[in-house]
Amino acid sequence: MDFSLYFDLPLWFRLVLQGTIVILVLFPLAAACSMAERKISAWIQGRPGPNRTIPPFLAWIPGINIIRNLGLFQLAADGGKFTFKEDPVPGNVNKFYFILAPILSMIPALSTISFVPFGAYFTTLADGTKHLVPIMLARTDLGLLAVFAVSSLGVYSLILAGWASNSKYPFLGGVRASAQLISYELSMTLSILPVFLWVNAPGGEGTLSLFDVVQTQSQPGFLGGMWYIFLMPVSAFVFLVALFAETNRQPFDMPESESDLVGGFHTEYGAFKWSLFFVAEYAHMIVGSGIFCLLFLGGWNPLPWVSLGSFINLAAGVLPCVASPLFMGVIGITFFLLKVGFFIFFFMWVRWTLPRFRYDQVMNLGWKKLLPISIANLIFYAVAIAVKDLCFPNL
Amino acid sequence: MATITVERKPLSLLERTYIPNIVAGLTTTFKRMVKPTETLQYPEQRPAIPTGYRGVPTLVNDPHGREKCVSCQLCEFVCPPKAIRITPGEIANDDPNAHVEKRPKAFEIDMLRCIYCGLCQEVCPEEAIFLQNQYSMTGYTRAEMVNNKDRLYELGGTLPDQHYKWDKKKTAAEAASRGGHH
Ligand code: SF4
Ligand code: SF4
Repeated sequence: MDFSLYFDLPLWFRLVLQGTIVILVLFPLAAACSMAERKISAWIQGRPGPNRTIPPFLAWIPGINIIRNLGLFQLAADGGKFTFKEDPVPGNVNKFYFILAPILSMIPALSTISFVPFGAYFTTLADGTKHLVPIMLARTDLGLLAVFAVSSLGVYSLILAGWASNSKYPFLGGVRASAQLISYELSMTLSILPVFLWVNAPGGEGTLSLFDVVQTQSQPGFLGGMWYIFLMPVSAFVFLVALFAETNRQPFDMPESESDLVGGFHTEYGAFKWSLFFVAEYAHMIVGSGIFCLLFLGGWNPLPWVSLGSFINLAAGVLPCVASPLFMGVIGITFFLLKVGFFIFFFMWVRWTLPRFRYDQVMNLGWKKLLPISIANLIFYAVAIAVKDLCFPNL
Repeated sequence: MATITVERKPLSLLERTYIPNIVAGLTTTFKRMVKPTETLQYPEQRPAIPTGYRGVPTLVNDPHGREKCVSCQLCEFVCPPKAIRITPGEIANDDPNAHVEKRPKAFEIDMLRCIYCGLCQEVCPEEAIFLQNQYSMTGYTRAEMVNNKDRLYELGGTLPDQHYKWDKKKTAAEAASRGGHH
């Protein structure tokens, strides 16, 4: 297949095109998560969930009941409802910031995705060697640092919403959001440092790129092909817990906690603005799960010790066309999305299993448990990696 | 007093991490998830009505097609929320059922007041009013929620009768008049 036509387009145009496509996928995906959430909660509670809505003019199509039973028409109906229903602004809010907050919440949610690679494909260089290229929007060495920097801006929209609502429950929700996110950010960052200590071998070029993290999990050999979840289970665990807290998911959904704060920061919101907060939350979840998969589950590699490259080489023996960049990209993205999908499922599964922690328990857990664990973990891996590099340099 | 002191064991380290319990909880919810759902798809599937169910109160005919209510108004008196309104009426002399005392001219049960207590059924000396299986009463106006006599008989239909009290009474009265003694 020839893509020269595409690569002849001006760079800015290609970037705009790619960005639009990613957002056009991410936004409905985040919305679809809300339906998945409702369905999974329903199944856990022994209900079928939303399964009734269907536009009457489509009802004659055979087999359409599958879509109906999955609630996809309900999703469309909800989207329409949120867009067109009356959007009241309470009288005593600070209007400017009140309207700004949901818009602000979308910015970090949608922009972090640009640093996340979703797949990779081989290109053949001029000298005939094959070279793996990531599929991502912004290929920078900043990688994870940029993700953390931008995603932690998300908390500002919650604080702003809580404050601008000018009412006590949103205010409490906003305060909780800020305290919780700041506490868990620490453990989160500390928990992944060992990964980058491992990736950035001394003497090599330093990088924080998520693509390189996946690359180091796709090398040949026992250690090279090992996913980091086996190598650093404690890191993975702490990161996962912190991820739950950072995305405000149960059991850490303090900012919302509808049983004691009505709805927390979004109490005063309705209609489209409210749905923006939710799309942002799900987008954070998607990106968060994506980063977890990249860091600890080998990104787009199908299995531990089987990298995408070797899988494609194997498959190309049977079906030569899979070696084409397009196919390989699609296969890589599929593996990646499967893993991300599992994690989103896991998020929901946990939400409908665990009760919410009390606020003081959340703080205790964050500062007195996770933080010491992640520091000890960091020290342990720093020593272990130093010992490995000194004593067994060619392992 | 027999007091049992339950010893509270301190949690072990593993328990304090919550992990075993979280895993147990996740297993439980997963098992629930793969189980078939319990929901009855209501308008298409209907629940099985147990015997003795107290649905909407209705008036019934006996197998000869005679309306059984004699408008004694006991049910109207006993009804706790005063849902029943009865206007008694005479039965014309040329009516085949002229031997029966009376019949209601109008019989209304306001289903917005009815509490489905079943006292009307219990008190009725004629076994004329029954709370049957109908459980869904809807209407767009208050007036629609008042069941009038026609509607009550339509809902009630015909139920078997063991006594045929009024027919027996009639035969007895006829036999007595033929026999010439009281
Ligand atoms: S339904 Fe029974 S209790 Fe009520 S008026 Fe008729 S005969 Fe009397
Ligand atoms: S069921 Fe109870 S409330 Fe309803 S009409 Fe009969 S006596 Fe009245």
